Amino acid sequence: MAKGSIVAGCLAPHPPHLVYAENPPQNEPTSEGGWEQLRWGYERLRESLSKVDHDVLVILSPHWQTYVGTHFLGLPNFEDLSVDPIFPNLFRYSYNLDIDVELSKAIHDKAADAGLAVKMMENPDFRVDYGTITTGHMVNPAFDKPLVVISSNRSRHYYSVEVMQEMMMELGRATRAAILESGKKAVVLASNSLSHRHFTTESDVPEDMSKEHITSHAMHLWDMRIIDYMRTGQAQRIIDEMPEFTEQAIAESDGGGLTWLLSTLTVPSYPAILHGYGTIIGTGNAIVEWPCYLHEEV
Amino acid sequence: MSNPILASYVVPVHPHPLLVPEQNEGWQRLRNAFDEAREQIAQSDADLMIIYSTTWPSIIGHQIQADPNPTWTLVDHDFHDLGSMDYSFRIDADFAEAWNEANHARGLQSRTVAYNGFPIDVGSVVALKLLNPDNAIPAVIVSSNVYANRAETTVLAKACLDVLGSTGKKAVAVTAMSMSNRMFTEFIDAADDKIHSLKDDEWNRKVLEFLEEGRLEDVAQLSRTIHQQIRVQKVVTFKPMWWLSAMNDNRNDLTGRVLAYEALHGAGGAVVHLDPTSNGMGDKEYDEDDVEVYHGERNVLDAEDSDEDNPKPSSDNGPALWDPVEGKGAVNTDSAPKPVGLYPHARRVGDLLYLSGVGPRQPGTNAIPGGPIRDGNGQPLEYDIKAQTRAVVENIARILEEAGSSMDKVVDVTSFLVDMDRDFGGYNEVWAETLGHYGPTRTTLAIRALPTPIAVEMKVIAKI
Ligand SMILES: [Fe+2]
Repeated sequence: MAKGSIVAGCLAPHPPHLVYAENPPQNEPTSEGGWEQLRWGYERLRESLSKVDHDVLVILSPHWQTYVGTHFLGLPNFEDLSVDPIFPNLFRYSYNLDIDVELSKAIHDKAADAGLAVKMMENPDFRVDYGTITTGHMVNPAFDKPLVVISSNRSRHYYSVEVMQEMMMELGRATRAAILESGKKAVVLASNSLSHRHFTTESDVPEDMSKEHITSHAMHLWDMRIIDYMRTGQAQRIIDEMPEFTEQAIAESDGGGLTWLLSTLTVPSYPAILHGYGTIIGTGNAIVEWPCYLHEEV
Repeated sequence: MSNPILASYVVPVHPHPLLVPEQNEGWQRLRNAFDEAREQIAQSDADLMIIYSTTWPSIIGHQIQADPNPTWTLVDHDFHDLGSMDYSFRIDADFAEAWNEANHARGLQSRTVAYNGFPIDVGSVVALKLLNPDNAIPAVIVSSNVYANRAETTVLAKACLDVLGSTGKKAVAVTAMSMSNRMFTEFIDAADDKIHSLKDDEWNRKVLEFLEEGRLEDVAQLSRTIHQQIRVQKVVTFKPMWWLSAMNDNRNDLTGRVLAYEALHGAGGAVVHLDPTSNGMGDKEYDEDDVEVYHGERNVLDAEDSDEDNPKPSSDNGPALWDPVEGKGAVNTDSAPKPVGLYPHARRVGDLLYLSGVGPRQPGTNAIPGGPIRDGNGQPLEYDIKAQTRAVVENIARILEEAGSSMDKVVDVTSFLVDMDRDFGGYNEVWAETLGHYGPTRTTLAIRALPTPIAVEMKVIAKI
């Protein structure tokens, strides 16, 4: 079997506002647009990924929150209606997605070998979280490639950012090893925002862009600092500063996605491509791609 | 007026007692306690079950479930292998809408949700399926706001009591919550379940001892300490006791009983019954402010410009404003609108407090909620009497609070309306939801005009 590879790694945030703004047929609510900077960013990411052959999308979403170990969707298909519990006015999406159970199980097994607590999720009634669906939709709205969906273990809340990072570095190594052994070409996606302080009110027209801005200057400075590290190939500094970033910017990287992503890419020292940055209800969101195919043998 | 809460219950959020009680003796004891609580509730005269759930976080203020018949299948994010939970509940949607409005009247961000497929949270599903399996009693469910503090959570409860007062309903209040919430982060055999640590167990027992003594307000006031000691920083912190205590008039002399206390994958799960019958005790350990209206300002979104509902200060809104008069017995506050003449907001004589006539104008901006009744040229404008009346009541609450009194101490109210025919109905409705709930005497007069372009003013006498 040919050696598998990670062809690209992406930071691909999931605020449901992006799906809402796009008015796809799968989503019930309708909008007058909004958040175009980010949606154009996703357009550029899709364009970029369309040029590199891949078989599977591997997603870690902070909205499948597990406290007891890391879980993997373990059935070949999930179909249902997903309603965002926080923004149900924006996101009521009928999804139908396929899972690469074989690869999921392979990552699960590698992670178990590395000493992590892991479990396959095999209950057919399970509703897939809206973070996974939003990221899945924004990257591949046709959902015509199978996914691997990994839960976000809340170890940062139970222990510390440091413990979270240790676990996510390990999970990243297990993910990479399983992909390489699988013979498949994978895109790896961390589904999270950067700074994550929300507004506590919503304007009457949620897509009113005259109301959209970062919640504070400090959040902006943190976002720009992290983006700068990404664009200049300094992923290790992101790992190093993660405790401060997570605390001070209330960053959604607390769910482990970003650390896991950088680990699957062996903490890259080559620059990432920034496809877009914008705020959503005050939180900072960047769409970023590490083009592994340019730097590694794929 | 007696408090409309017939009983309160604390119940755990994890699905084990619902789905697999037979796998562990402790889980079975929790299930038996749920069953006992269910029977008590069935024998009560409750018209409504109100659930505050910590497993339903919200960001935009509080959310209240208002789908009359939410039906779906829930699978727990962690414990999916224990099975699926089909649900079909009966929700009192009218009550949910009224509570939402009462929240707004008390200054809270709030909205109702009524969407097919909305994911009702695990804590609410477990509580409703076990406590109210046949939907004999309609329910309402409220979320736990991730940014809410004590004042906001307390006012949320008071708004709920406003609606219970105006509808005359009797209710059972339920908080779906863990005690200590640290679970084992590894998979364990059901038979090996125990509280995660000795420290968590000791704290849980202390909290339960307080509850068993009926000292609910003490537990509420210790919330932050309890949170630091035995709560992992999950999305929602240890807020439910704030809500539950306010629902019970912040009392410390309830009759409490712990029906069960057991481990659920390491977390502390307890079923507690709090009966409003006084146990004769009553001193509080210490006292936090009692809050009637939420004044918090986290409104980043609208901070820069006012929206249409809240026009900026304008000379069209009436005569010049005065600084309130200081003097013996005078009570003044920056959180009420400035007077339009040489008088204080209130004057205290003995243990009585006399308020100057209070209108709806907003402190700081002088804006009139619901809009002014005429423009600068004296031309009549369309306005909302309910919004104006609500604003009057809020201003009254602020002045009372400043003077060390509160809405429940109001003795007598004289109301002035400039258009009795048009406005009495709307004014009367808001009255019933707010002041009417506390039962002061009232006289309503029609008058030709008020000094500012407003439609309603109230003159209040209260006890301190
Ligand atoms: Fe998120």
